[in-house]
Amino acid sequence: MENEFGTPNFCLLWHRAGPVHMKRIIVALVGNPNSGKSSLFNMFTGAHQHVGNYPGVTVEKKEGRCIYGQYEITFVDLPGTYSLTAYSTEELITRGFILHERPDVVVDVVDASNIERNLYLGTQLIEMNVPLVFAFNMSDLAGRRGLLFDLEQLSGLLEARIVPTVGNRGEGRTALLDAIIETSREGRKTRIHEVRYGVEIEEGLAWIETAVAQNEEPLAQRYGARWMAVKLLEQDEDVLKRVQQQETLNTVNRSVSHLRSIFRDEPEIVMADRRYGFISGACQETIKNSVERRHDTSDTIDAIVTHRILGLPIFLFLMYLVFFMTFTMGRYPMHWLERFFGWLAAVVNGLWPAGSVPWLHSLLVDGVISGVGGVLVFLPNILLLFLAVALLEDSGYMARAAFVMDRIMHKIGLHGKSFIPMLIGFGCSIPAIMGTRILENRRNRLTTIMIIPLMSCGARLTIYALFIPAFFPPHWQGPVLWIVYVTGIALGVICAKVLRMTLLKGETLSFVMELPPYRMPTGKAMLIHTWQRGWMYLRKAGTVILVASIILWAAANYPKPDHEALAGLDEQQAQQATLRYSVVGRLGQAIEPVLEPLGFDWRIGTALIGAIPAKELFVSQMGIVYATGREKGHALSLRERLQSDYTPLVGFCVMLFVLIGAPCVATVAVTRQETGSWRWAAFQFIGLTVLAYTVTLVVFQLGRIWT
Amino acid sequence: MGKAIMEQNQVRPLSAVKTGEKARLARVDAGRGLNSRLASMGFVPNAEITVVSNGHPGPFVIIIKDVKMVLGRGVAHKIMVK
Repeated sequence: MENEFGTPNFCLLWHRAGPVHMKRIIVALVGNPNSGKSSLFNMFTGAHQHVGNYPGVTVEKKEGRCIYGQYEITFVDLPGTYSLTAYSTEELITRGFILHERPDVVVDVVDASNIERNLYLGTQLIEMNVPLVFAFNMSDLAGRRGLLFDLEQLSGLLEARIVPTVGNRGEGRTALLDAIIETSREGRKTRIHEVRYGVEIEEGLAWIETAVAQNEEPLAQRYGARWMAVKLLEQDEDVLKRVQQQETLNTVNRSVSHLRSIFRDEPEIVMADRRYGFISGACQETIKNSVERRHDTSDTIDAIVTHRILGLPIFLFLMYLVFFMTFTMGRYPMHWLERFFGWLAAVVNGLWPAGSVPWLHSLLVDGVISGVGGVLVFLPNILLLFLAVALLEDSGYMARAAFVMDRIMHKIGLHGKSFIPMLIGFGCSIPAIMGTRILENRRNRLTTIMIIPLMSCGARLTIYALFIPAFFPPHWQGPVLWIVYVTGIALGVICAKVLRMTLLKGETLSFVMELPPYRMPTGKAMLIHTWQRGWMYLRKAGTVILVASIILWAAANYPKPDHEALAGLDEQQAQQATLRYSVVGRLGQAIEPVLEPLGFDWRIGTALIGAIPAKELFVSQMGIVYATGREKGHALSLRERLQSDYTPLVGFCVMLFVLIGAPCVATVAVTRQETGSWRWAAFQFIGLTVLAYTVTLVVFQLGRIWT
Repeated sequence: MGKAIMEQNQVRPLSAVKTGEKARLARVDAGRGLNSRLASMGFVPNAEITVVSNGHPGPFVIIIKDVKMVLGRGVAHKIMVK
């Protein structure tokens, strides 16, 4: 299928077929944000889910499968939207999927405690005339709020089955599955009730419908002339683009200006109003509200957590807890894993017959074990972090946090929520980049991903810990570290601003956000969220990082110098000679002229290249170049060597360079995965390296004049 | 003419509505994008808006169609109510 409506071709992730006799049904889950769509999705599919991105866009794509009787049902969880216009990527994806993939059934998940607003999306699905089932989710909450439904009558008016559900408790599962199967059997049907837009608009729609039926036959056949007419009258840019004949456009323009003069408003606003009219008409008879809405606990909590003065400290405190949980609690399992891989390497070393196939031995220990280990040790952090984020999201606090931070983040063209992944970036860029999934807007998400490596991560701290004491007196050490971190933040702010004004230009969405009622998160949902992310990290980033580690291992070990060249050298000197002779060493020497204006020599160049898989490798690489060994006892002597060879200015410049430039392989891999394109990953890598070079060059050259 | 002026006077930005008061939406003075986004969230003519907290200082929180929403002050200036 061609790339219509700006959405990428969609292929199901799940190719593995079930038993042959099974009937297959594809179900699209749609619904407003906060309607509990994910909880229903989890209810049906449990852990049998695939999470990915839509190709080329940073919108999460989730699929899961469920076997029910004779049926194998594939659920596709589409992005949460309020509407199906062409104003956002999410809405285009949802609409595109329904129009082009033609799922057998569309399930509209409706928050039963506020039917009217939620059914707005439903009216548009009715207009598309898809086989539709409504899931009135969180019906327990609606009951407690005093809402009484006459579902039979409402179902008659909406001409679709309605099933009450409580997603997080698994209620209504069977009933909804039955409704899905029955609806899929019926297929598309002719409707009796439709949204009627009133005399004037219906007149306009009739003109356009005729024009579409005459001039745009293929489109009318594919999407239905009525739906086309509605979208054209709404001046939907995406549908306007598809129109072939100028005549059709002329009819549309005439109708629009005619209606504008009548209503003194855009037709699309009047049409939205009429849709709400249709809903309230349907609800009036069928929904009774026995309790007046009062000031509830949710309001009281909101008054505190979004308070002008208290809001920020509360948010920072909670963020501190997230941070603490991720990196302090994660440290123990991380140490266990480190120790395990150390033990594994020792076992291999011990069992390996001395001297036989040394290259395989080295590949196994220095390449594979340290490569896989390097990936796995971050897993506890990632799992804990996503557990914390799931907790904040599912409880409803995230919406409040976004509001609190929005005033500050808005100034650099980002959303309030961007702050959370940026903060996580101080620990490690990988979970931070994965954490940008909480951002709905694509531009915001891309901008945030691009600047995350500028938040100085934990791995870089090991480099500062080596350099700062080597070059700066104790009373300067704190301030220098502070300067390094603040430089990163400042550059991040500038880059975000520049990106939002150039490549990722676009209106910063005005702040309108729903404050969902606070809810107790369920353990199952949080575990599913956490596990999905963790698994994805292992599978995708893991493979790339492993391959890169092996390549770099080879590049740092080959080609080997002759035996004569190493004769008479002790082990450390031999290591140094080997590294110098290897591809990495040669590259380091080759780029020396380029790095010279920054004050760097071939040793630093070699260590920089060697540190591409992971920044903390810089320290061990420097150790090898100086042939001081990697043992802890020698760290002091490495510092002394640095002190004697470089000025504090060079030391500072090295720190600046590792802060800004060349994000590690894992970051590149995750950026590629999350943005869905190598282009963004390459742009990030090259852009940041160029920025690092420029900044370091300026600092070094100015510093040289100064001193 | 006089009636028109009267009507004009009654229309005011949402940001001028006090905490606890209710108003009905007249129109949204914004571009098509924001206008349509707000409309899909229930901001349509005559929709009842309850101001839960008109934050000076603090957030601007409203209830529209049974949903609690928080608005930036900029948006609250653009929403005209009567």
